[in-house]
Amino acid sequence: MSENIYGIMAEFDTPTQLVDAAVKVRDAGYTKTDGFSPFPLHDIDEALGIKRSVLPYLILTGGITGLLSALGLVYFVHVIDYPIIVGGRGHFSLPAFIPPMFELTILFAAFTAVFGMLFLNGLPSPYHPVFNIPRFALASREKFFLLIESRDPLYDYEKVRAFMESLSPQEVFDVPE
Amino acid sequence: MQDAIEERKLHPAMVEGDHDFGTVSDRIGDLTLKKRTPFHWFIGFAIAFLVAQLLMVTIIYLVTKGIGIWGTNQPVGWAFPIINFVWWIGIGHAGTLISAILLLLNQKWRTSINRFAEAMTLFAVACAGLYPVFHTGRPWLAYWLFPYPNTMGLWPQFRSPLMWDVFAVSTYATVSLLFWYVGLIPDLATLRDRAKNKYFKKVYAIFSWGWRGSARHWHRYELAYLILAGISTPLVLSVHSVVSLDFSVSQIPGWHATFFPPYFVAGAIYAGFAMVLLLAIPLRHLYNMKDFVTKTHLILMGKVMLATGLIVGYSYIMEAFFGWYSGSQYEWFMIKNRIWDGPYWAFYWMLMFCNVISPQFLWFKRFRESEFWLFIISIIVSIGMWLERFVIIVTSIQRDFLPSSWAMYSPTIWDWSMFIGTLGFFFCLFFLFVRFLPIISIFEVRTLLPQANVHGRPQDFDENVLEIEYTYDKTDPPNS
Repeated sequence: MSENIYGIMAEFDTPTQLVDAAVKVRDAGYTKTDGFSPFPLHDIDEALGIKRSVLPYLILTGGITGLLSALGLVYFVHVIDYPIIVGGRGHFSLPAFIPPMFELTILFAAFTAVFGMLFLNGLPSPYHPVFNIPRFALASREKFFLLIESRDPLYDYEKVRAFMESLSPQEVFDVPE
Repeated sequence: MQDAIEERKLHPAMVEGDHDFGTVSDRIGDLTLKKRTPFHWFIGFAIAFLVAQLLMVTIIYLVTKGIGIWGTNQPVGWAFPIINFVWWIGIGHAGTLISAILLLLNQKWRTSINRFAEAMTLFAVACAGLYPVFHTGRPWLAYWLFPYPNTMGLWPQFRSPLMWDVFAVSTYATVSLLFWYVGLIPDLATLRDRAKNKYFKKVYAIFSWGWRGSARHWHRYELAYLILAGISTPLVLSVHSVVSLDFSVSQIPGWHATFFPPYFVAGAIYAGFAMVLLLAIPLRHLYNMKDFVTKTHLILMGKVMLATGLIVGYSYIMEAFFGWYSGSQYEWFMIKNRIWDGPYWAFYWMLMFCNVISPQFLWFKRFRESEFWLFIISIIVSIGMWLERFVIIVTSIQRDFLPSSWAMYSPTIWDWSMFIGTLGFFFCLFFLFVRFLPIISIFEVRTLLPQANVHGRPQDFDENVLEIEYTYDKTDPPNS
């Protein structure tokens, strides 16, 4: 039976219970774990050992790309392709180019922030095994869930199941693949 | 006991009534999912929809006939279209201020009003965008504003403030949409899990991208949200600054002023908060959202309005002072013409009443705590901010350097129908938003509840997300 199980999930009533349970799961050495909550919980990052995301560096790269592409665009337009003197300013009149450069920096950074976040999260994912548990619909409402995946190196059905029961959850579920 | 009262004064509860995670989700989510659409929604939507038809008729006639149907003509070549453009864009600013700047300042009260304030931003920017596009006279060529390689061998002029405006406003609209949508994703997942109707369920499932509230996802989500707030903050300040540069880079007395950017930004936030109040007060009554949009929220918005109103009042004084202090006869003539000597002096004094005198009532608790007075003052301020743009634009160019080209400006019926039409369009969009999407951010309101605290620590968005401190063994695999 354990072959086609995605993982074992426990349900909790309060965020504190979830975080405390997550600490125990981490201390027991499980790494392929996840918590589910209806709102962001900061403490669970540390409890589950979630590493700081690379997202901020991606966004910085996006912003710099935006800045450079804007600079490239205005340079190409006003210095190379169509040089024309307007208002007594030189061809490469940088101060006048600051607004478009600034706006494109923000635009590219914002796109990277949103789509980078979704990409790193592996979204969109129309199907995910956790949705097979009917009670999981409450994860977007009021309940808190903790999952140990079956691909965890320490995974052993009986042991994990017993371990999850020991965390005094509301209920423990087998998540089918 | 005394401490508890003091604490309550310093940090008033942002959610009133006896709520838990479930009731919060139901109260907000059920408006969209379960409750019958209230009768007042149909009445309101029907009126807004009819008024929006004025916009359609005007645009059809405008495109057929040309912009000669407006009163806009030399020397007042920039009249209603730009007045209304600036007015609408300004209104949008409060939404971004609430969602981004107040988030960075860790103001918890922004949480229950950010969703509809951001929706207001989007719809206001949509209304604003119509004006420059149709003012070009040939809206079907509006894509010429964007830099693309073309057979004419031409490029837009990036040294022009009008070009900056295109970039600023289109970036602003896009980033506001992204910000709003990212905030919606977890709430759409809540609606997906709650919806009974299978078609609605499917639509919400598609737009929530399969969000499942995973801790790893929330971690990146919060980072993305916080950084979006960080980059939206300079963006929102830049947008109205760039709008003001449309004026101040020109050499017309009355426009050519270095203090325009901060003056315009303060005015934008002022007008925007007035509009947020105009929307929040009826919403909390009609949809019984008093638990989430509390009196405290209204009072705080009143205070922001008072503060920005004072900045705006100071700017009016400085504007007149600079006119005199510049020693330029053209500047001084413009001030005299605007304030007492010219044909539009009455508008200036109406503006003074609306924008400088009316917010002073907010110093008093009696007015600040009364929804009725907040509503009235918000209407007056909205009118006042419109008059401000009218005064700045019309009185500066109707009598410029050359007396032989002086003229009067008066709007035609089509100017008015376009303006009133955009009001209808705005409210039409807003009614649709109220019907189909959660009007308050559900997941963020959950974080405000005391139950959300882990070991007594609040879980709202704050800078903690950037400073994860690892106190455990970080080797991979752990404990090895």
